[in-house]
Amino acid sequence: MNPFKKNHANEIESILTSYPPERKRAAVMPLLHLAQQEAGYISEEAMREIGEICEISTTEVASIVGYYTMFHAQADGKIRLMVCTDVACRLRGAREYLAVLCNELGVEPGQTTGDGLVTIEEVKCIAACDHTPVFQSQINDEIEYHENQTPARTLDWLKLMTASMKPGEAPIELGRAPKEAGQAPIELGQAPKEAGQAVDHE
Amino acid sequence: MSELFLLRHREIQGLNQLKTYIASGGFETWKKVVTTLKPEEVLQQVKDSGLRGRGGAGFPTGVKWSFLPTNIWPHYVVANADESEPGTFKDREILEMNPYQFIEGLMIASYAVQANDSYVYFRGEFAQIEHKFSERLRELNAKGFLGNKIFGSDYSLRLHPHLGAGAYICGEETALLESIEGKLGQPRLRPPFPAVVGLFDKPTVINNVETLTNLPIILGKGPAYFRAQGTEKSPGTKIFCLSGRVKNPGNYELPLGTTFRELIYTHGGGILNDKAIKVIMPAGASSSLIPATEAALDTPMDYESVPALGAQLGSASVIVLDETVNVSDLVESTVNFFEHESCGKCTPCREGTYWMAHISERINHGKASKEDIDLLKTVASEMQNKCFCALGEFSISAVLSGIQHFRADFDARVEN
Repeated sequence: MNPFKKNHANEIESILTSYPPERKRAAVMPLLHLAQQEAGYISEEAMREIGEICEISTTEVASIVGYYTMFHAQADGKIRLMVCTDVACRLRGAREYLAVLCNELGVEPGQTTGDGLVTIEEVKCIAACDHTPVFQSQINDEIEYHENQTPARTLDWLKLMTASMKPGEAPIELGRAPKEAGQAPIELGQAPKEAGQAVDHE
Repeated sequence: MSELFLLRHREIQGLNQLKTYIASGGFETWKKVVTTLKPEEVLQQVKDSGLRGRGGAGFPTGVKWSFLPTNIWPHYVVANADESEPGTFKDREILEMNPYQFIEGLMIASYAVQANDSYVYFRGEFAQIEHKFSERLRELNAKGFLGNKIFGSDYSLRLHPHLGAGAYICGEETALLESIEGKLGQPRLRPPFPAVVGLFDKPTVINNVETLTNLPIILGKGPAYFRAQGTEKSPGTKIFCLSGRVKNPGNYELPLGTTFRELIYTHGGGILNDKAIKVIMPAGASSSLIPATEAALDTPMDYESVPALGAQLGSASVIVLDETVNVSDLVESTVNFFEHESCGKCTPCREGTYWMAHISERINHGKASKEDIDLLKTVASEMQNKCFCALGEFSISAVLSGIQHFRADFDARVEN
């Protein structure tokens, strides 16, 4: 059984033509993206098949998956919410925005909501520093920018999206009514400390 | 406001539609290049223009191209669309709003070095842009602008997108090449340089998106026209990404040599809540911190003047801090970034960024003493000139300059 190769024969063929025939390994990232599009993550079986196509071991494929932050080896929430809190965003209140979101969703960064729909991540700069707070959504391998956010705006969008993912069911319960975090950027260094984040080495 | 070379979509609506781009003269330069100019004539014009690489290093583009040996084939051109430096968002605007000018530039560069296959490395977060790019390539192939024997000449060109998956280090050109080859994105030892042993071990030119987007202007209107903007040694315009504590963050295309003051106050509208400006970071998270004195504000933003302030122009990602920002907090976020993005290949960077991030966090969370500030400085100093690539070296810029100029901010965090 080679379901990945079977389901994507044409796409695989087309990807391979972009690279010299003796350099099949170069196709590994596009193939991983293709696998991730299908399931939202990359299964061990897909890694094995991709290794066969690229003529490298499954372990080497797994090392690529592990190295790049946007490849996922396990299923997370159906919607991945990637909030930038990097240098420029942090200067304009992105950490405070993230803290309100996490509070409303009842999760910490890196966690998935109980219903398995939303995973929230804190990410590094995504080239949108002039429209912060900003997040990118990833649904399967489709990525979109959402700029100039407020917690209320983001939560409204999430309600809309999760409702369509569970037809016939009530939209995701987001806890308390969303509060508007003020538009004005908040002073740096006033952010709530992330509990349990600090791991001292000594 | 000077003429726009790059953000022309702000003047021409719908420039990201092929029809509009062609109607505004698009791909005429490409046709002229392929049908009337020899590759060495293209190279000479780019040399004459004085165009310097816009990705950060500011190396003269024509000179970079001329390093490719003519006895080893094939040649490759790789466009670096891995825009990841915190505070940088210029290439994204080009790729979304004026994409054909970038593609035309990439085609011209490919012709100049006679590459028949060229690649665009998009950062993973630009997946949407990459999908759109693939559609545009199909349009261009259908039009005969790409493909075999273009415009009846002997020249053939294929363009290939390659999508990354989230790794800042892949903006470093040799790590980028490793990533295209399907390996971990980690930098290569140099020499040999990519101009000789590059992609798939062949001679390779790697240019930033903004650099390439200048080429249709240079070849279309001539080097002298291009040189009319900017300074003698830094000709042309540059997209300055302005962010942080300013009223109007955004991309501003201005002649190289424009002062920080003009960017921040005339175009950026000044500081939020009319607070006092404190620090300028001209090159994103990789910057040394420049205390925002009157003299600094009056410094021209070009490749020669900024180093006199102890910093680099880099990708011109100008992050502004005001008096409400504690520099120790800022440093925590820069070192946290580099710790996250260190590729792990060399020990000074892997271990150094780890320790800088942890010490910095201790300082800011009231768990440190004054000695920890010196320890932070020692770790950074020990890394200096020992890292395998520039990422490691960049990780200490804000730390050392921050402690040097704003020690009181760190002290305030460890008192009591």
